[in-house]
Amino acid sequence: MYDSVDEIIRLSEEKKKSFWEIVAEDDARAQDISEEEDLKRMLSTYQAMRESDLSYDPKIHSTSGLVGAEAQKIADRRARKEMICGDFLGSVMERALRVAESNACMKKIVAAPTAGSCGVMPAVLLSLQEKYGYTDEKMAEALFVAGGIGGVIACRASLAGAEGGCQAEIGAASAMTAGAAVYLQGGSARQIANAAALALKSLLGLSCDPVAGLVEVPCVKRNVIGAVNALTSADMTMAGIESKIPPDEVFDAMGSIGRNMDESIRETGIGGLAGTPTGRKIRSRIRGME
Amino acid sequence: MLISDIIGPVMVGPSSSHTAGAVRIGNIGLRLLGTKVERADIGLHGSFLATGRGHGTDKAIVAGLLGIAVDDERIPESFEIAGEQGMNFDIHGVDLGPDLHPNSARLILTGTNGKKIELIASSIGGGRIRVNEIDGIQVNFSGELPTLIVHNEDKPGYVAEVTSILEAESVNIATLQLNRSKRGGYAVMVIECDQEVPKDAIRHLESLEGVLRVTYIAGE
Repeated sequence: MYDSVDEIIRLSEEKKKSFWEIVAEDDARAQDISEEEDLKRMLSTYQAMRESDLSYDPKIHSTSGLVGAEAQKIADRRARKEMICGDFLGSVMERALRVAESNACMKKIVAAPTAGSCGVMPAVLLSLQEKYGYTDEKMAEALFVAGGIGGVIACRASLAGAEGGCQAEIGAASAMTAGAAVYLQGGSARQIANAAALALKSLLGLSCDPVAGLVEVPCVKRNVIGAVNALTSADMTMAGIESKIPPDEVFDAMGSIGRNMDESIRETGIGGLAGTPTGRKIRSRIRGME
Repeated sequence: MLISDIIGPVMVGPSSSHTAGAVRIGNIGLRLLGTKVERADIGLHGSFLATGRGHGTDKAIVAGLLGIAVDDERIPESFEIAGEQGMNFDIHGVDLGPDLHPNSARLILTGTNGKKIELIASSIGGGRIRVNEIDGIQVNFSGELPTLIVHNEDKPGYVAEVTSILEAESVNIATLQLNRSKRGGYAVMVIECDQEVPKDAIRHLESLEGVLRVTYIAGE
């Protein structure tokens, strides 16, 4: 696992290998398996992501009753061709909600990087595959790109809401996904890292303030912004827009913001949205159920 | 850490720490007991107690004790499955002190063969776990690597004995911890290994005088 994207870029340019190959090589070595075997495992992870989207059931709700049936509302609006964002972003939004709702309802998902942010990556990757017809192998390679970026963020900052707030979960998922999207679009290692930096910059400072401490409100809907933000960051990158702050320094900034964050907004279910009068009322109602 | 820790695990939601980690705590309890669980006393500490029900932490630990994996969609039905399989369990709150990780549980397990074990384990993020205590003695391991746990009399020479048996089997030691109940009491050695420990080596260890118990957890 690398602790710097600069290092991944350097190796990629030096060895004339793709970003994903540098990440996969190192990961296979750490497990003492072949790169082919590692890629095969990643293919099955991608398949699990696909199933997490397909297994959505609009009839079920979470134990608390706060989450359920919302992705279906986007599907209905798409069917009526009313989406302001257009049908492609509509499909991304719908998938982000489908997977994140399924997670809240105890269905099978891929934590990427966390369960709370599990909708971001499949929303973008499955929708891009549908739009451009990429092979599953290519998608698995994109997951290595995302994983490499996530690894660097884990080393330099954090991937846990309790440590870094939601910027470490939805923010990190968005950065990882932006890099993967740029890879699919044929971007270079530098462009991959740039997209990750742009995506994370836009979500820096995001608090982790779940109502009643559950991975439901606002987590499910934040998956939508994570996914859409990944795509806008990828488009900005492919248009030639550069992050003025280098990616590794953006990750460091996320770490330092997380350390400065008050504990009440780091997954304690105390401050922010959880601490609003309505948030507290919901919490008492749920405690009453126990 | 591996890429599969970042893009993964494949798991039943909603929380990697409160659900997947809780399943793994149950799993490691079962593996340490080494036999089917007949009775389980499950104490939830800190955030596991405060938000556990909404996250399915209770169902997840029971599932883990039944040998159900983190990606098995039967997790939400684990209470019913425990009923069918004759596993009795009691879930309650417990205060294990301010120094312990907020996502922790204490399991007191009795096997169908009468064997008993008590452990405290924490879910430390991303579905990864750490075992903190076995039968009142402090330990620190994850269960991700092949792990050998040796209870022996607190006398000189056991570490050398055990490490030389591993050396003879070309098993490389990743970490080694040693703790004891009291001076001259009994000691617990926890050895995380890079390779699986062969059955013969484990039998050899069990036959040593002064070795009270050997528990082996194969790697994941």
